[in-house]
Amino acid sequence: MDVIKVENLTKKFDDFAAVDHISFDVAEGEIFAFLGPNGAGKSTTIKMLTTLLAPSEGSIELNGYNPINDSNAVRRSIGIIFQDPSLDDELTAFENMEFHGVLYGIPKKVRRERIKQLMEFVELWDRKNSLVKEFSGGMKRRLEIARGLLHHPKVLFLDEPTLGLDPQTRNHMWSYLQELNKAKRTTVFFTTHYMEEADRVAKRIAIIDHGKIIASGSSAELKAQTKTESLEDAFLALTGKVIREEEGSNLDRMRMFRKARGK
Amino acid sequence: MKTIYILWLRQLKRYIRSKSRIVGSLAQPLLFLLALGYGLGPVFQKAGQGNYIEFLAPGIIGMSIIFTSIFYGLEIIWDRQFGFLKETLVAPVSRFNIMIGRTLGGATVATVQGVIVFFISMLIGFRPVSFVMIPFAVLFMLLVAILFSAIGITIASLLDDMQGFQLIMNFLVMPLFFLSGAIFPLQNVPGVIEKIAMFDPLSYGIDAFRQLLVSISHFGLMTDLVVLAAVTLFFLSLGSYFFSKVQI
Ligand SMILES: Nc1ncnc2c1ncn2[C@@H]1O[C@H](COP(=O)(O)OP(=O)(O)O)[C@@H](O)[C@H]1O
Ligand SMILES: [Mg+2]
Repeated sequence: MDVIKVENLTKKFDDFAAVDHISFDVAEGEIFAFLGPNGAGKSTTIKMLTTLLAPSEGSIELNGYNPINDSNAVRRSIGIIFQDPSLDDELTAFENMEFHGVLYGIPKKVRRERIKQLMEFVELWDRKNSLVKEFSGGMKRRLEIARGLLHHPKVLFLDEPTLGLDPQTRNHMWSYLQELNKAKRTTVFFTTHYMEEADRVAKRIAIIDHGKIIASGSSAELKAQTKTESLEDAFLALTGKVIREEEGSNLDRMRMFRKARGK
Repeated sequence: MKTIYILWLRQLKRYIRSKSRIVGSLAQPLLFLLALGYGLGPVFQKAGQGNYIEFLAPGIIGMSIIFTSIFYGLEIIWDRQFGFLKETLVAPVSRFNIMIGRTLGGATVATVQGVIVFFISMLIGFRPVSFVMIPFAVLFMLLVAILFSAIGITIASLLDDMQGFQLIMNFLVMPLFFLSGAIFPLQNVPGVIEKIAMFDPLSYGIDAFRQLLVSISHFGLMTDLVVLAAVTLFFLSLGSYFFSKVQI
């Protein structure tokens, strides 16, 4: 059964198509990698799948529900670790976890157990009562990951979850996710710039560039298709070697440009 | 219910932890009370209007409530900027509940500020006519605070970034405060000002505080209550509508 079904999905910001008529399916229990250079449209796609952004065109079915008409049912089915920070800096690490647990309706006993387990897992338990604003970038990232894993959703979205993490934490996180995937058949949909990570854990991969999906299949299939030896080479063969602008600055500039035009 | 509670609790914690903001937000009402109260008091008295501090204190309580509640309503813009808004919007909680939790959080904080200003004004000579009415005055403070929190959230739902913040302070909050009859009686003002004040919901809030604390009233308590309740319901609905449309 396909837990994510996407057809002709499009998102336009003014006349710029950030996501341009993409279609794909993700099977239940699959670990699916969504790869692409900066600005390809990965995060925008995830925002539409997770009810945060309305598509301009096309349709989405997530766990059988439509994110627009049935947003609450979709929200009950998903969990997400965002690419950008989403913690409350004025709360403590524990309070951020607790806030999340209550919003997701996890009963108190389970909640407290899991919070302890996950915070130990990312080695933040002894800092549980520190305000998040006192944390380093890496600690914040680890807390975001622990928080994203607190409730056990049907589909878990991870938008560049391992960016800026040390290899230990990265390995740790993936073994946890693979276990969760096995035990609960959690579907994992993730983006990353680390090709070896995608190669190792993803069952299927889609590559998106300039808002369009340009290839998809297993890592072996992508390598065969491009006649390359590694996923990294396959990725470069498909997306070219031109360096893409940093997403952040690009985004800011676009927004400023739009403002200047009075939009 | 629990989700509303945790949203409410979050805003309270943020308030209690922002010591410098608390001090800052109390300095301003204190300044108004001292400068206007003592500065204009003699003139007010000579004009046969009675004790100015008594007249002014409810107005300054209203001021601290409108400033605080709009500020906490607009906090959504900060949350959007710093990313935390995503975390709440993607959770399986209806937007309506999020809106209510935030409104009550901001309103509670604003009411606390109002009560603190009440005590400050007692320190500099304000005396309510009857202590029995104080709990009712606090209830009205809460109502006014809910109203302006909802207005803050309504506006914040329509803004992308902080650039609009100063604009709102200068072109909405300041006029709402100065034209509400907070610092002058509406009886003897030119007709235009009185008309404007009639369309300013804060006028009714401050009028109610005055009625309950010092037994002076322009509109009458019943009118105050009905107008405040109606406008609050209106902005709660409008706010939840716009908030439900927020995208990241
Ligand atoms: N809210 C927005 N307004 C205008 N342009 C946007 C907005 N969000 C994203 N974009 C643009 O859409 C494109 C895709 O962005 P994104 O989905 O974040 O890419 P990535 O694949 O790096 O996650 C980029 O060119 C980005 O600048
Ligand atoms: Mg991205």
